[in-house]
Amino acid sequence: MCGIVGLFLKDRALQPSLGALVSGMLCTLGDRGPDSAGIAIYGATQDGRLKLTVQAPHAGYDLSPALAAAEAGSGHDIRIAERHTHAVLSVPEAAETAVRAALAAAAPEVAVVSSGTRMEIYKEIGRPETVAAAFALGAMSGTHAVGHTRMATESAVTTTGAHPFSTGRDQCLVHNGSLSNHNAVRRDLVRRGLEFRTDNDSEVAAAYLSWRMAEGASLGEALKASLADLDGFYTFVVGTEDGFGVLRDPVACKPAVLAETDAWVAFGSEYRALVDLPGIEGARVWEPEPATPYFWTRA
Amino acid sequence: MMKTVDLAATPVRALNAALHAPGSAEAHWRVLRPQGLHAVAVGIDAPLTVEIEGHVGYYCAGMNKQARIHVRGNAGVGVAENMMSGEVRIAGDASQSAGATGHGGLLVVGGNASARCGISMKGIDIMVGGSIGHMSAFMAQAGRLVVLGDAGESLGDSIYEARLYVRGKVASLGADCIEQPLEDSHRAELAALLATAGFDGQARPDEFRRYGSARRLYNFHIDNVDSY
Repeated sequence: MCGIVGLFLKDRALQPSLGALVSGMLCTLGDRGPDSAGIAIYGATQDGRLKLTVQAPHAGYDLSPALAAAEAGSGHDIRIAERHTHAVLSVPEAAETAVRAALAAAAPEVAVVSSGTRMEIYKEIGRPETVAAAFALGAMSGTHAVGHTRMATESAVTTTGAHPFSTGRDQCLVHNGSLSNHNAVRRDLVRRGLEFRTDNDSEVAAAYLSWRMAEGASLGEALKASLADLDGFYTFVVGTEDGFGVLRDPVACKPAVLAETDAWVAFGSEYRALVDLPGIEGARVWEPEPATPYFWTRA
Repeated sequence: MMKTVDLAATPVRALNAALHAPGSAEAHWRVLRPQGLHAVAVGIDAPLTVEIEGHVGYYCAGMNKQARIHVRGNAGVGVAENMMSGEVRIAGDASQSAGATGHGGLLVVGGNASARCGISMKGIDIMVGGSIGHMSAFMAQAGRLVVLGDAGESLGDSIYEARLYVRGKVASLGADCIEQPLEDSHRAELAALLATAGFDGQARPDEFRRYGSARRLYNFHIDNVDSY
């Protein structure tokens, strides 16, 4: 089943509340997916620096030695913000490759989940209430965020199998459904140089969109192209540095509700995820059409 | 006397149990803050009036018998699913499978209904003020579906004997569904349905086209009964 949510803020005054609003939305949908939960959140930029979100292999794992080794091995200064099983490493943009290499050499068990100028990803096994509390998602601020609460079907219940998936800088995707041609698409994308961390079908969708956008497509164009190349059941919600998009497959078995006010655009697998948003009473609420990309970008 | 239930304070199960309780006949209920919750006012078998103030989740008014249920908002998947009789009105939009498998009664959707509206309908009348999505009236067996707007792809695929009336464009017809002439009996039927739904000011019977089964796909003949 799975539950997915997204919130794209137009009103800057709401930015400090983004984490609280999105974790509330996610927890409402916990019954749609109790296995794992995660969120990608787009916060402040740090001048000329990049955020790498890294993930410990299990709870209780001490990230400090691995991160110290990565800093020493790369020869660059790394600012570290640890949160539960994750840490966000702020590194000079030019140092990304060196830091990744040093970390992989020192602690291959530590996964780099995402990189971006603004995006951070937090995801773990467990119900969304547990995951949101462990990472203190409610205290986070930003411009937009997407979240997912998972009922696993296509691959194992692991931290790396949790959504969101990120396969490009500041890009992420969450998925409700299952893809039937993901192995073929993965092979094709591997030949084109994309890298995969899991056997998960949704990671293939994320990588497909990253590849399209790397080839010059806009978010809307990449979503439109995926209609021809991805087969299966899906509702996708995707995030980019300045954008937020939604796509449903042509059969549209997987539920989706969009709502918009002057202050925000929100997505929920079900309307009940949206009921606590400020101004929902006056929002335009509608069901996105099948096979139709919807996307918003920041002005 | 009107009873009011606030679903932000009362569980849906308690509301439904009260609506099912013997002796609640003729009562008038008002349901506040439905918050997109599922299965609101399902399984009623009494001539109640239930007014719901806001958006509901899945399967609202499912299996309804006798009751009049009005939703002042949108409805999620499967509103009035398997309705037997009574009347369900949705002021806003309805999600997928509105009125699915309904045996009787009237479902009125003021806005749009999405995919699979009236799927496997078995006698229900469904009136939609806006448009409907793809695969609507799939395997529809009996009843009437009236759409003031447009219909999505594969309307009436594998249809049996339901009658479909669409005022706007039909993206495509499904297998064995064809356009059929709009005759006087159909105009009279439409006029009555439009009046009952409260749509008579918005549309005239002459503006509709009628669609139904070509009867080439289902070939049951009583003479062949011994073969089954």
